[in-house]
Amino acid sequence: MHKKDVSLLVLILVVGAVVAFINPRFLLVGNLSNTANQVGLFGIFSIAEAFVIIIGGIELSVGSVIALLGVLFIDLIVNRDVNWVAAFGIIIAGGLAIGVVHGALVTRMRIQPFVVTLCGLLIYRGAARYYTEDATAGFGFGASFPTLEWLTAGRTNVLGFPLPHSVVALMIVTAIAWVVLHRSVFGRYLYAVGKNEEAARYSGIRANRVVISAYIVCGGLTAFSAILIAMYTRSISPAVHGSFYELYAIAAAVLGGCSLRGGEGSIIGVVLGTVLLQVLQNLVNLLGIPSSLNFAVMETVILIGVLADQYLTQHSRRVAAAKGRSQAHVAEAPLKRANAE
Amino acid sequence: MPEPFLELVDISKIYPGVVALDHVDLSVSRGEVIALIGENGAGKSTLMRVLGGVVEPSGGIIRVDGVERPSLSVAEAIKAGIAFVHQELNLFDNLDVAGNVYIGREPVRGGPLKLIDRKRLYAQVRPLLERLGADFEPDAPLAELSLAQRQLVEIIKALSLDARLVIMDEPTSSLTLTETDRLMRVIAGLKADGVSVIFITHRLNEVMQCADRAVVLRDGRMVGALTRAELTPAAMIRLMIGRDLKSLYVPPAAAPGESVLDIVEAVTDTYPERAVSLSVRRGEILGLAGLVGSGRTELARAVFGVDPLRGGEIRLEGQPIRIATPRAAIEHGIYLVPEDRKSSGLLLDVSITENISLPDLASYLRFWLVRTAREAENARRQRERLKIRAPDVATSVGSLSGGNQQKVVLAKWLSMRPRVLIFDEPTRGVDVGAKQEIYDMLRRLTDAGVAILMISSDMEEVIGVSDRIAVMHEGAISGFLDRSQFSEHNVLQLAVGQSVQAREPCTRKT
Repeated sequence: MHKKDVSLLVLILVVGAVVAFINPRFLLVGNLSNTANQVGLFGIFSIAEAFVIIIGGIELSVGSVIALLGVLFIDLIVNRDVNWVAAFGIIIAGGLAIGVVHGALVTRMRIQPFVVTLCGLLIYRGAARYYTEDATAGFGFGASFPTLEWLTAGRTNVLGFPLPHSVVALMIVTAIAWVVLHRSVFGRYLYAVGKNEEAARYSGIRANRVVISAYIVCGGLTAFSAILIAMYTRSISPAVHGSFYELYAIAAAVLGGCSLRGGEGSIIGVVLGTVLLQVLQNLVNLLGIPSSLNFAVMETVILIGVLADQYLTQHSRRVAAAKGRSQAHVAEAPLKRANAE
Repeated sequence: MPEPFLELVDISKIYPGVVALDHVDLSVSRGEVIALIGENGAGKSTLMRVLGGVVEPSGGIIRVDGVERPSLSVAEAIKAGIAFVHQELNLFDNLDVAGNVYIGREPVRGGPLKLIDRKRLYAQVRPLLERLGADFEPDAPLAELSLAQRQLVEIIKALSLDARLVIMDEPTSSLTLTETDRLMRVIAGLKADGVSVIFITHRLNEVMQCADRAVVLRDGRMVGALTRAELTPAAMIRLMIGRDLKSLYVPPAAAPGESVLDIVEAVTDTYPERAVSLSVRRGEILGLAGLVGSGRTELARAVFGVDPLRGGEIRLEGQPIRIATPRAAIEHGIYLVPEDRKSSGLLLDVSITENISLPDLASYLRFWLVRTAREAENARRQRERLKIRAPDVATSVGSLSGGNQQKVVLAKWLSMRPRVLIFDEPTRGVDVGAKQEIYDMLRRLTDAGVAILMISSDMEEVIGVSDRIAVMHEGAISGFLDRSQFSEHNVLQLAVGQSVQAREPCTRKT
C-alpha cells in the first residue's frame, strides 16, 4: 500500500470515529450495510474513471451513460422480454462501444477528452430521456427476476453482517483492476503513456491503442455499474438518474492519488476515496445537516484533504531532494577519484 | 568610421564546468552590419544574450554611449536601443500584425476604460511597414503570415522601439532563397537608415553579401575579425577551426563488415525536395555531422518511425523494411537514443528499473504478469555494466545526473538485441567522465557487431569517435569522409555546403 493510501485510510477512520461519537447510529449494522452498498455501486465506476485519468484523459459522461444504459437494460428485460443474461451482455457491449467511440475521437480526431466526453454527457442524457419519453422506467407490478435481483442487489450474511453483493462485485473488480494496473504490461503502458506519451512512443508503445483501451475499459466498467445501480434503484427517471456521478468518480480518483495530469494513482486509493466520499455522505445524513448542504460539506472536506496532502508531499519532496543531493555526492566521489588517478 | 555607441570589453561568461565566453571584445558603430560566425557552441548565442540583457556576464564591461556597466537588464538593453530578433520568434499568432508590434504598449483611449485605439495603432504601424517594404497590412492576422513575414514583424517591432541595433540569431536558417534575398535588402535598408545589425549565420555567402565585417568566435574566444576586403570563405573557415583535438579514437577490433542499414533516397517532411542516402556497416561508427537544422534529427526520427518517411526506402541487411512506428523499428532491432532524453527518452519520476524494462516488458512475463524480480535483476546488471551511479535501481531517473540518465536510456536498448543503434547527440549535457564511458561502450558495441549511426554537433566527438563521417547540409548529404580525410576543416567545409578540395577527393561509399 502506498503511503498516500495509508493516510487516506487514517482520514476515513478519523471521520468515521467522529461521526460515530456524535451519532452512534452510524455503527448500526443496517446503516453500515447500506453505506457499504453505496460504496460498492460508486466504487466500480470510480475505478472506471481512474483508468482514463491515469492515461491523462477525463471522462465526464459517466452519469449520463449510467442513465442511458440503465434505462435500456430495464427496457430490455421488462418490456422486450430479453433474457437477462443476454441483456447483460448487450449493455456491457454498449458500454464498450461508447468507450471505443470516445477513445477514437480523442486519438484519431485529436479532440480534447474534456470536449468529447462533455458532449457525451449531454448526448446520452438526451438519448435516455428521448428513449423513455421522459417517463420513469421501472419494473412493472409483478415483474420479477429473482436470480438477477439476488445477484445484483441481494445481500449475503457473512458473520452476522449482511454483505451487499455490490460490495462483492466491487471486490472482484478491484482485485482484477489492481492486477491489471499494478502487475500487467498493459498497466505499465497506461502509466507510461500518462506520464510521458512521447517517451512511451519512443519506447515502442502504441500510445493511441493504450489510450483507446483505457476508454474501453472505462466504458465497460461503467456499463456494469449501470446495471447494478439500475437493479438497486429499480426505477429510473432519466432526467436525474446518475446526475453528477462523474464528479463523484473524479473526486474519488483524485482523493485516491490520481493526478489529473495523468500517470499517477492507485486502485486501492480510488476505492478508499469512494469509501471516504460515502462516509461523508452518511455524515451529512446522520448529523442532521440540511441535505441542501450535502455537496458543499463533502467538497469542503475534500478540499481541505487535498490541500493538506499537497502541503505534505511538497514537504517530503524537499526532504527527499536534500537527501538525494547528498547521496549523489557520495555516488560521484569514486568517479572523481578514478579521474584523478 | 564613427565612434562606436556600444562596446563590450573583456566579457566573460562562465557556467559550471564550461567557459562559454572568454574575454571577448566587440564594438558596434552606427549603421554597421556585423556578421557573427563560428561553429555550434562557439559562444555566439551567449554573446548576443549578454547584449540582449538575458545573460549576465561573469566579468567585463558593457559601455553604452560612454556609460559603463557590468551587465544589462532586458529593460536597459531595450532602453539602449538594442532589439533582439530571436530564432524562435516571440510573437502571438492570435493577434494581428499591429497588435504584435505594440504588445504591452498599445495606444489607448476612453480614459479609465483603457480601450485599444485601433486607428492610432494602425496609423503608427503602417509607416514602419512601408519603410521595410512589407507586403502585408497592419491588420493582417499573424497566423496567416509566413515565417519570413513574421520575422519582418519582429524587426518592425524593434524599429517601433527606436532600436539602434538589431540582433538576429540565424535569421535565414529557415527562409527560402527569395525570402533570404529580401531580408538582405531589409538589412541594407536598416544600414542606410543608420541602424546597426548583428547577425549570426552559418551561411558564408550571406556574410560576403551584406556584412561590413565578420567577427569569428571559437570555443568562447574571439579569434579574429575580418574587414569587408578580407571576407572570403577560405579566410572565414580558417578562423572558425584550428584547435587541437584530443585524440579519443579507438580503432575497431576488426574491419567493418557488410552494410547493415541502408538509407536509400530517404525524404523527410522538413526537406521535401532533398533525399538522403547513406549506409552504416556492421561494426562501424558512422558519424553524422552537420550544422543544427541540417536535417539530421529529422532523418533519425524518420528511420525510427517517429515521423513518416516521405519517400525512399530503408533496408536492413539488404532487405527492404517498412517502418511506420517506433514499435516496428524496435522489432527490427533498430533503436534510437533521442536528442532530448527528458522529453522523449525517459519517464522522469519513474524508477530506473521500470525505465529500462519499458520497451521490452514482454520478455519479463509469466502468465501475463510482469515478474518484477527479474526486471530488477536485469536493471542491476545494466547498472553494473554501464556504471550507472545511483543508490539503487528503484531510484527515480529524474534525480540522476545527465550522464547517468543517458546511461539509463542506453541500458533500455542494451537489454535487448540491437542491430542498429542511432544516437542523436549522445553526450549532450553529459559530464566528461561519463562521456568517456559512453564512448567506450559505443566501441564495445560495434566490436560486438552492432552498426552505429551517431549524430553529433560536437566536432571533437565526431572526429574523435567516428570511423567514417557523413556530413549533411540543408537536408542532403554533402559528402563522406574517411579517417584519413578527417579534419575539422573538411567537416566544416562540407557542413556549410562547400565541397572538399579536389586534392582530397571525397570517396562516396554506398
